[in-house]
Order: sequence, then structure tokens, then C-alpha cells
Amino acid sequence: MDCNEAIHRIYFYLDGELTVFRREEIRRHLDDCPPCAHGFDFEMELRQVIASKCRDEVPDDLKRRIAEQLGLARPSE
Amino acid sequence: MADQAQFAELAMPYMSALYSAALRMTRNPSDAEDLVQETYLRAYRAFGTFRDGTNLKAWLYKILTNTFINSYRAKKRRPEQVDLDDTEDFYLFRRMGGLEAVAANRSAETELLDAMPDDVVKAALEDLPEQFRMAVLLADVEGFSYKEIADIMDVPIGTVMSRLHRGRKQLQKRLWDFAEERGLVPKPVQAGG
Repeated sequence: MDCNEAIHRIYFYLDGELTVFRREEIRRHLDDCPPCAHGFDFEMELRQVIASKCRDEVPDDLKRRIAEQLGLARPSE
Repeated sequence: MADQAQFAELAMPYMSALYSAALRMTRNPSDAEDLVQETYLRAYRAFGTFRDGTNLKAWLYKILTNTFINSYRAKKRRPEQVDLDDTEDFYLFRRMGGLEAVAANRSAETELLDAMPDDVVKAALEDLPEQFRMAVLLADVEGFSYKEIADIMDVPIGTVMSRLHRGRKQLQKRLWDFAEERGLVPKPVQAGG
């Protein structure tokens, strides 16, 4: 596998959407190619940063409203 | 066939993730709260149709997405500006590679990413056109597979992949632009220096 192929498949790789065989091919390329490995690490890091920074605290009032709603909506036994 | 009495116990742990997703979808805290509340009510009522052993999180996100599309998007319809795809792949990586700090120290890239304030990241994601925003949110924030996203958004897997590809490129460009506007980007490498 060359750099172009590895880069072409980077998101499929990071998304876990490749076969074991293809993953292994890419992993071998990354072991031998520091620039590609650096790029892959960056994209993976970026994704973790995006996921961790897009979290919001649920307002207590909303938690209470939903709990009440489900309590009220619960069918009588 | 799921037992409705178990609903609260099984579904409540997803509230924080659903609320965060609702905020990115509606871009408005009050609409996001209503959307999550309505999602829980609909999910509770439909819980008898949920098949045990299938993915509850994906099932809840499908209800969230449908509720958003049917009830909230219609309310605030505005023409969607879809950028032409002139953004290069790995935009952020390439731009950061041109910075003096990064040229001096490769881990500076990671430090720059970590230092990016939450509100800049949220704003960049929320600024994406809806169909790209949803795909990126479901994949990169929530970690759903292509197949699950296709089910949630009710589109073919090929459409999911193309929306993700374009959405991620646009997100990287916005992250850079927003960080630059806030003065968070250090100076570039001097030509010839």
C-alpha cells in the first residue's frame, strides 16, 4: 500500500469500517511511514477533541420534567 | 418485545448525549429541551415496538432525528447554503503544519487542538449545513457506524459516506476560520526564515 491509498482510506480506517485485512495493510504502511502515521494521529486526535468538546450538561429542570412526564405517563398497574 | 416498565432505567442514561445532540441540531437551548422531552415521550409510547437485543441508543437517536425533522426544522426553515467543495482534504492538519510553533514542535498541533475552546468547536459544528451536520454529529461525536447512521437518517450508506466526507472537510475549515477569528492561531512560518 502506498501513501495515496492509505490517505484515501483514512476515514474508513478511523471509522472502523474496513475489513481486518485492509486494516492490517494500513497498519503496516503506518509503521513504515512516519508522515502518514503523523497525519492519522492528528485526525484521530481531532475527532476525540470534537467529541469531548461537544458535550453539554442536561439542565436539572429538563431531567425533572422528563422524570415527571414518564411517571405521569406510566400506565396504572 | 420490550417491557415498558424498564424504559426509564434503560433510556435515561442517554439523556446527556441526546441533549447535546439536540443542541447541535436545533442550535437553541429551549428548542433542544423541548426536543429531548418530546423524544422521551415518543420513545416511551413506542417502547413496545423496540426489539430487545437491538441498539437502544440508535433507536433513541432515530426518534430524536425524526422528531427534529418533523417538528423543529419546519419551524425555522431557511435556505441552506451548501458550500462548493473547494476545501482540500486534511485542511486543518495542513494549515497547522504551516505554523511556526508546529514546525518547532510536532506535539504543538495536539496542544492547539486541546486548547480550542468548547464553544468554538460547537459553533463550527453548528455552522455546517444540516445534512452534513447530522452526519458528522452521528459519526464523530456519537460514534455510530455508517449502517446505523443510514438507518437513523433514512438514507443509503453511500449518501452517509459522501455527507461525512464533505461535512468533515467543511468542519475543519470552520474550526480553522473560527479559531483564527478569535486570535487563537499562532503565527505562520516566515517565508525564507
